Amino acid sequence: MTTAIAIPPQAKISKASLYTRAFLGLYLRDLYVLRRELFPFAIRVCMNPLLFLFVFTYVIPGMSSHGGTAAMNPSAALANSGISYSTVLLPGLMAVGIMFSGIAAVALPLAVEFGSTREIDDRVMCPLPVAFVAIEKIIFSAMQSVFAACIVYPLAFYVPAVHPTTHVASWPFLIVVVVLASLTAGALGLTIGTSVKPSQIGLIFGVVVIPITFLGCVYYPWALLSHIKWLQYGVLINPIVYMSEGLRAALTPTLDHMDPAVIVLMLCVALTTLTWLGMRGFLRRVIG
Amino acid sequence: MIVEITGLRKIYEGKQRVVAVDGIDLGVREGEIYGLLGPNGAGKTTTISVCTTRALPSEGVVRINGIDVVKSAAVARTCIGVVPQYNTLDRACTIFENINFHCRYFGFSRADAKQRTEQLLEQFHLSERAGAYPSQLSGGLAQRVQIARAIAHRPKVLFLDEPSAGLDPQSRIAMWEAVSGLRKEGITVVLTTHYMEEADELCDRVAIIDHGKILVEDTPAALKQSIGAQRLYDLDLRSEGDHAALTALLEQLAGVTSVESLPSGLRIFADSADGLLAGIVNTANPYGLRDLRITETSLETVFIKLTGRDLRE
Repeated sequence: MTTAIAIPPQAKISKASLYTRAFLGLYLRDLYVLRRELFPFAIRVCMNPLLFLFVFTYVIPGMSSHGGTAAMNPSAALANSGISYSTVLLPGLMAVGIMFSGIAAVALPLAVEFGSTREIDDRVMCPLPVAFVAIEKIIFSAMQSVFAACIVYPLAFYVPAVHPTTHVASWPFLIVVVVLASLTAGALGLTIGTSVKPSQIGLIFGVVVIPITFLGCVYYPWALLSHIKWLQYGVLINPIVYMSEGLRAALTPTLDHMDPAVIVLMLCVALTTLTWLGMRGFLRRVIG
Repeated sequence: MIVEITGLRKIYEGKQRVVAVDGIDLGVREGEIYGLLGPNGAGKTTTISVCTTRALPSEGVVRINGIDVVKSAAVARTCIGVVPQYNTLDRACTIFENINFHCRYFGFSRADAKQRTEQLLEQFHLSERAGAYPSQLSGGLAQRVQIARAIAHRPKVLFLDEPSAGLDPQSRIAMWEAVSGLRKEGITVVLTTHYMEEADELCDRVAIIDHGKILVEDTPAALKQSIGAQRLYDLDLRSEGDHAALTALLEQLAGVTSVESLPSGLRIFADSADGLLAGIVNTANPYGLRDLRITETSLETVFIKLTGRDLRE
């Protein structure tokens, strides 16, 4: 019954090799499952930016030219300064796409896996330190966030009636920002997924996703908050601010944006803090 | 000893401090099927969780195949297979993929993983359901997949936590056969259960554990012998209250080793002796004997004797 299969004699292979194989195995599993869910993935990524762009850069601007008031039109106020609203939205919506992918790829599945099914147990039993199971989650989620950013960009560019003005001055900076933002989103997902009770997962949208999006300088540049000082400084604890501002600095530098060095530094701080928090929560949930 | 537990204690601190495991020492020999028996909340699952690196001990050392499960958890996991109480199959993957990915986690190459998966599906009579998802399986089938998955990486020791909880009798027998079959492959099995029949049928040795401590450890046969009787005679008596006089009379009968009180009457522990049944009936009749049941001593007798009749949480 037991045929001899040439498996690596586990005790003899090095720890590094053992861990690497386990890590790759986990990654492979996630890729495989994602491949089967490509269509829902695409819908999830596209729906929010598509509707937002459609309403705010296509439907509403049309209203003002048909007798609506300019007050209804967020693009009208900015238009006076020679900036189209679609230029403001492009980096912001990419940041939302990145952030939301992190939550959808890590927080929601984790809440289920920690909940009734405890599916996570088999993966935790891999020959890999438990912390790396969490790191795999972050990295896999970051990959999805990068895809999401790549999908949102053409949408945000082509859907608006007035195309945004984009210019990439430094590709390395753009890549650094996208990668850091994506990893931070994964770490945020890990923190949320491990700190929320499975029964309260529905609250995530109301309590976390919507506030950090609306107060994340997604729909307006940070510099324009200068007339509400307390808000301008208050939002600085929100990691989405640095994602939006980072993409603004990298893609639409004509808009006012934060100093690139500050953005990279703060993304690193957010990534470290959230990874630490998420990891702590993960270990606490997994190891009794 | 392939599993060595020394001075294991596990205390859950919190509002209510719970001592789940209170100083357990035990050793499991290579190739044996070892049973941990105990009422709910006795500390069985906690002990298994520590052994399988899913809980950290408060005190003590656990070694699996000589590897410390706390210091080298990741390496120890290569020697451990686990079937937990609940169904932890990956709901996003089919049965085939569940086993296949498990092999990949443990470093199998693509071809080896596929071959091992196919072999296990055949061994556990699952080939026809290879493409099914876990949610489409019955409890018994899901349990078989979990066992197949747990041994896919050829662990030295397989831990089964309450393997027959929630299974119908047919599935339970199939599970027993699967577990007995593992012995031929040289896999050591440690299982927890509160089905005494299961422990009696399957286990080479058992430990009865309660309140986090081991009360007794031996082969099922030796434990049954320790009762000092082969049969139990349970007497239902009409009259309530004190049966001291009857007890004294019964104890004088040849073959009776001891007599204890039950809510409805008396329980006699006895060896088989000629004329004992008639003697018991004759002696008890004047005291209002309503009914008499004779049973062989079982592990359950030992279990109840050691852990008492009180209901657990």
